[in-house]
Amino acid sequence: MASFPAILRSEWTKIRSVRSTVWTLALTFVVTVGIGALLSLLTNDNFTEFRRNDPSPFDATGTAFSGMMLGELAIIVFGVLAIGNEYSSGMIRVTLAAVPQRGTLLTGKATVLGTMALVVSLVTAFVTFFTGQALLGPHSTTLGEPHVLRAVFGAALYLTMLCLFAAGVTTMLHNQTMALGVLVPFFFLLSPILSAVPKVRTLAHYFPDYAGSRMLLVYEQHGQPYGPWTGFLICLAWTLAALVGGALVLRKRDA
Amino acid sequence: MIELHDLTKRYGKTLAVDGLSFQVPPGVVTGFLGPNGAGKSTTMRMILDLDRPTAGRVTLDGKRYGQLSEPLKYIGALLEAKAVHPGRTARDHLLWLAQSNRIPERRVDEVLALVGLTPVARKRARGFSLGMGQRLGIASALLGDPEIVMFDEPVNGLDPEGILWIRNLMKRLAGEGRTVFVSSHLMSEMAVTADHLVVIGKGRLLADLPMPEFIRRNSRSAVRLRSPEPERLLDVLAGAGLRHEPGPGGSYEVVDGDIATLGELLTAHGVVLHELSPQQASLEEAFMQMTADAVEYHAGDGPGRDAAGAPGTWGAGWKANGARPAAAVRQEEN
Repeated sequence: MASFPAILRSEWTKIRSVRSTVWTLALTFVVTVGIGALLSLLTNDNFTEFRRNDPSPFDATGTAFSGMMLGELAIIVFGVLAIGNEYSSGMIRVTLAAVPQRGTLLTGKATVLGTMALVVSLVTAFVTFFTGQALLGPHSTTLGEPHVLRAVFGAALYLTMLCLFAAGVTTMLHNQTMALGVLVPFFFLLSPILSAVPKVRTLAHYFPDYAGSRMLLVYEQHGQPYGPWTGFLICLAWTLAALVGGALVLRKRDA
Repeated sequence: MIELHDLTKRYGKTLAVDGLSFQVPPGVVTGFLGPNGAGKSTTMRMILDLDRPTAGRVTLDGKRYGQLSEPLKYIGALLEAKAVHPGRTARDHLLWLAQSNRIPERRVDEVLALVGLTPVARKRARGFSLGMGQRLGIASALLGDPEIVMFDEPVNGLDPEGILWIRNLMKRLAGEGRTVFVSSHLMSEMAVTADHLVVIGKGRLLADLPMPEFIRRNSRSAVRLRSPEPERLLDVLAGAGLRHEPGPGGSYEVVDGDIATLGELLTAHGVVLHELSPQQASLEEAFMQMTADAVEYHAGDGPGRDAAGAPGTWGAGWKANGARPAAAVRQEEN
């Protein structure tokens, strides 16, 4: 068997040595923090106007995480590029000749990718939270309030799982353009549209993005199908399914 | 030593590689020759376990590729130039490869120097020419100081100096006792590089023999004779026991004939000649005719089917008829 630490070192070198890939990860941080900060600032300045006719309690955590949607997009692109650029350049054949144990290889890739995504996501989540709260002034909350700390960790875990989900899907499709063409419409068109249609809404509730959004909840809302932990498990199931699917395709297919 | 046992690869209805069996021994440069689309690259990908054979198997000194723990230290391959991320530097490309097989980092700088890429080591591959990409691919093949090296069309995109360099490199590697397996679609390139030759056409083995033997059998020389009185010409030839074949434009050719002897013989019999000329078929022509036969055979309805024998024995049959050049066999079949 190939040495697993050797695979990890090798995959780490691969990811850090391509600028475009590193940039998408930096972008995840910038857009999540930036948009959250902007919305927090605007909310603070126009609080009474924004909150008029809204009976639900104000969610200071959710306001700080207003930029999650674009952050998700950036980290999905990171997951797609990190795997997909090997296919677009034909480098996958060089990789598989060096490490013919394909299952081990993908495990190594996912470990490196997941670790990087987790570190960046944790930093992003906490910086987003604190920046948002600082800008919300009198309307801010703290990590000590019920469920807030869990929601911040939830945001980080959700971003990490999205990255690995995207990586798994890209391995299954073995083409980065196709992977982006499937993932972006899925998350940003299909899922929001289906959630708005009464009959299929129940189905859309089990999509990874809806499940992930449950993980950020601080207040109980009416008509929620499930809570944050179930959301986490659903999201995890999608991620593992994508990675296992990717491993099966990688093992079976001619490179 | 690379050993192929009845290796077969089918893509849908197309049989890309058809029951290929041969060995690539250490210490010599083995050329792998065939026209484009003959199945050379597919065969090489199967040797590296990148494509899974439909049937048959490949062993490397008895082991399957997937059983090698750090394969780069054992077999190095150049499959396609530019299989490098355009945004990564040459050095980083070699570095991740080295790390994956626990090859020391200083070896990266050694191979960069060996292929002459040290000055551009920290440049991104985006700006590399085809020749530079080819050199980087060769550097990655040599990274693990492997027993076996395999190059797919290595001279593509190289300038004359680069071509000379790669030829000498392959000879040196073979001289060190390594197994060197190199593919090409150019007979002329193989003639100056390879010690042993494996020829395939349409995925089938056509020849597997030492290079000098191939040259001896295929450098067909003949004397072409043309006369206004062909009956007399043929009578004289038959009387002298000389075999002849029909040539172009009503001429006749005496294979391996001596031009001076023939000239004297025909003059002595008073035969009027309009042409008495030496003919030399190049290796390139021999190769083209050999592979053209393979294509013809695959059409499956030629009259030569029975004469040529079963597909598996075609190569062997051709070898047994060593004295008869491929061109002669083909003419008789027609």
